[in-house]
Amino acid sequence: MDILTKARKRLSRFLRVFFKKKRSRIGIYGPPNAGKTTLANRIVRDWTGDALGPVSEIPHETRRARRREGVTISNGNGDSIVIDIVDTPGVTTKIDYHEFTEYGIEKEEAVKRAREATEGVAEAMHWLREDIDGVIYMLDATLDPFQQVNIMMVGIIESRDLPVIIVANKIDLPDASPGRIKSAFPQHPVIPISGLEGTNVDDLYEKMIEFFG
Amino acid sequence: MIQGVQLDLISEERLARLTSMEKIRLILDEVMAGNIVVLEKGLTPEESSRLIEMTMMEISPDGFAGIEMETYPARAQGGGLLARLFGGGRESPSRLTVIGPANQLKMLRKERDLISAWVSSR
Repeated sequence: MDILTKARKRLSRFLRVFFKKKRSRIGIYGPPNAGKTTLANRIVRDWTGDALGPVSEIPHETRRARRREGVTISNGNGDSIVIDIVDTPGVTTKIDYHEFTEYGIEKEEAVKRAREATEGVAEAMHWLREDIDGVIYMLDATLDPFQQVNIMMVGIIESRDLPVIIVANKIDLPDASPGRIKSAFPQHPVIPISGLEGTNVDDLYEKMIEFFG
Repeated sequence: MIQGVQLDLISEERLARLTSMEKIRLILDEVMAGNIVVLEKGLTPEESSRLIEMTMMEISPDGFAGIEMETYPARAQGGGLLARLFGGGRESPSRLTVIGPANQLKMLRKERDLISAWVSSR
């Protein structure tokens, strides 16, 4: 860790103690099916032994923001952060209940899920405007990072001056290309991981301590 | 009867005269009527955030399914420390933006400097 980073962390700790800043709320954002809940579960399980929510291959499985308070993340050097993890519904500009019927869900249930998903997206946007101090932006590394929703969301996060770590997830899959994500968002740190298998999550924890601490 | 899609190109000057909420309402009303809207200058991040929220409120089963929206990625920001301190370097310049109904406008290909899209009639 360089001198500037150390100095920034010391100043940040001092300001937090001086102003009695509440612990940071870190939102996990991204499009549907990027692996947000898988990562949230892994973080919460690794550091508290618990879990946050169910995961599924069906999009919009998370339709309400879920928060886990007081998660302490530490490293071997004695550095640590205490954060609230907020797992948010996948952000999109379109929701069609037929997305759910394609997975064999009955129409009535699919319509209900679609309505809950629209409410969930609006809720996620509201959290971002009002209640989030930092963002982990999850992307599926097998997909095109230039999707409009990613460009819009990163722009919104930047405009709010929130610290953001971009996670290139699903590197366990053969089509994964974290390099494409790095070239799409060169202004932000990009950490390639497999949330499912746990590959490189220690790098993410290290970056979270450095970035959100 | 000839089938077609209405395309509205809205100038930067016209957009500048509208408040954020007027812009969002104009876009949603046009798109919900099945039209494609092209903005000479795109929305601010705050307006984009509100547009996503309001779009979600308008979605209905077998009716409006949301929007498809395409713009170029923001240009690399210059300005240095002073510009950032005084706000000059933070606001991403919003660029030409096309917005349409999700079930009519499909992106075919998108790169840093090229957007190729397909528009179908209802």
